[in-house]
Amino acid sequence: MFGLALLLVAAIWELYKWVGPEDGGTLFGWAILPRTNDYAMPHVWEMLARYAQPERRGFPTPIIATVASGAWFSLRLALTGFVMGTLVGLGLAIVMARFKVVERGLLPYLVVSQTVPLIALAPLVVSWGGKLHLGEFEWPRWLSAAVLGAFLAFFPVAVGTLKGLTSAPAAAVELMDSYAASWRQTLFKLRFPAAVPYLVPALRLGATASVVGVVVAEISTGLAGGIGRLIIEYAREATADPAKVYTAVFGAAALGLLMAGMVAVADLMLMRNRPWEVAE
Amino acid sequence: MSAAVEVHDVSKVFNAGRPNAVEALVDIDLTIEPGEFVSLIGPSGCGKSTALRLIANLLEPTSGEVLVNGKPALKARLDQDYGMAFQQAGLFDWRTVAKNVELPLELKGWDKAKRRTRALEMLDLVKLGDFADHFPWQLSGGMQQRVAIGRALAAHPPLLLMDEPFGALDEMTREHMQAELLRICGETSSTVVFVTHSIPEAVYLSTRVVVMSPRPGRITDVIGVDLGPRRGLETREAVAFFEKITEVREALRGIDTSDLA
Repeated sequence: MFGLALLLVAAIWELYKWVGPEDGGTLFGWAILPRTNDYAMPHVWEMLARYAQPERRGFPTPIIATVASGAWFSLRLALTGFVMGTLVGLGLAIVMARFKVVERGLLPYLVVSQTVPLIALAPLVVSWGGKLHLGEFEWPRWLSAAVLGAFLAFFPVAVGTLKGLTSAPAAAVELMDSYAASWRQTLFKLRFPAAVPYLVPALRLGATASVVGVVVAEISTGLAGGIGRLIIEYAREATADPAKVYTAVFGAAALGLLMAGMVAVADLMLMRNRPWEVAE
Repeated sequence: MSAAVEVHDVSKVFNAGRPNAVEALVDIDLTIEPGEFVSLIGPSGCGKSTALRLIANLLEPTSGEVLVNGKPALKARLDQDYGMAFQQAGLFDWRTVAKNVELPLELKGWDKAKRRTRALEMLDLVKLGDFADHFPWQLSGGMQQRVAIGRALAAHPPLLLMDEPFGALDEMTREHMQAELLRICGETSSTVVFVTHSIPEAVYLSTRVVVMSPRPGRITDVIGVDLGPRRGLETREAVAFFEKITEVREALRGIDTSDLA
């Protein structure tokens, strides 16, 4: 199914390239139709063939190796960011579920936090990190990118988990109360298991968001070694080597898919304990 | 021996002091002796569920005093002196049937082997011994409710509080469950407080039927029922059964429900 969807996208690309205007077009006075010449829209097979050629003339390895190593670098950052974001998100959700007043006070600020443009935030995080001195600990540059990944990832996790934790039916909460169960017991024996169906999509969103955060942070802080940096570098060569940037763009897309895929695999393993959902 | 439940001059006002204040219960007095089966019956809004929640200490009375086993209701709840069953079986989908029954024991800190043994005992009691490792969604509504009863009785509490536990079941299952409940209570010698809005159900099960009326919720009548200890199909067809049903119905008819429609 996924392969079919990819083929379809490729087919649409080629179809538009075939029928679309060479130098772009205007619609009701707006220049909205993209140009279809080989610089703006290289052929799909050219993008794929580009993977086999070296990054620059004379380099020993094909570009796919460079993209793969950049993706691996960014993957580790995204994973770090995702784990941090998930922990923060879970923590916030628990506190908000515990204290209604915290939810009312904090949730609006969490929503606002996501409207801050990441591009503007990235340099700030780098400079804050640079000023941070905790004994021997020195803030590495890559950590800023991971933090920005966490910044995007925590939000869906916090909101989804909060929704899940409060989804336990009132009768079940009353039952736990009748057993004089502590809040902690209710959290682990009732609220968390009841939250799992909400948690999985939240984590999937968080996983892909952490990739977006890391890629944008790499671009705006100029962190070298990752896929984001490759995208910006290759984009500068678009006039001379239009297919090149797409090798890195697809690498970033694969990264997001890989992260979401990991959550899906975790979900499948959890699903073994949730047979009633399969049965429905 | 202290009474199983003592309710003295209890009133309950929701949203007290605000314009939307509701007098749910006024001057409730009720004493239930160990071994009794007491039903609370009345039209919706009469506060019967509220009364049950006050006994369970899931709600605090606005005034008055509730004692369970001679202790304040809060202490009784902390000591888990009662088990509770609701209209919805409320089983946890992610736990097997046996694990659901184990839940109250787990919360009390029982060790695993002891918990399992007791859970299997309880499942035998409710005749679901073969379903220990099934999941709740694999059971019918009546079976789920039986699991819930097993769970309520797992810690061997002396008192069982039930809030319309058979309200969602069909008539056939319902009559069967009523007979089963009487058998189980006989075997465990539990005291039961049972909320229902079915007159035959209240009469069939109870040793006393407490008739309540709304606005504000109060007790208007208490009707003793003596149909003998062994109640089978013939009980439901006995003249005495129908006479009691008529008596309860007339007590309920005395209640002005014109403002409820």
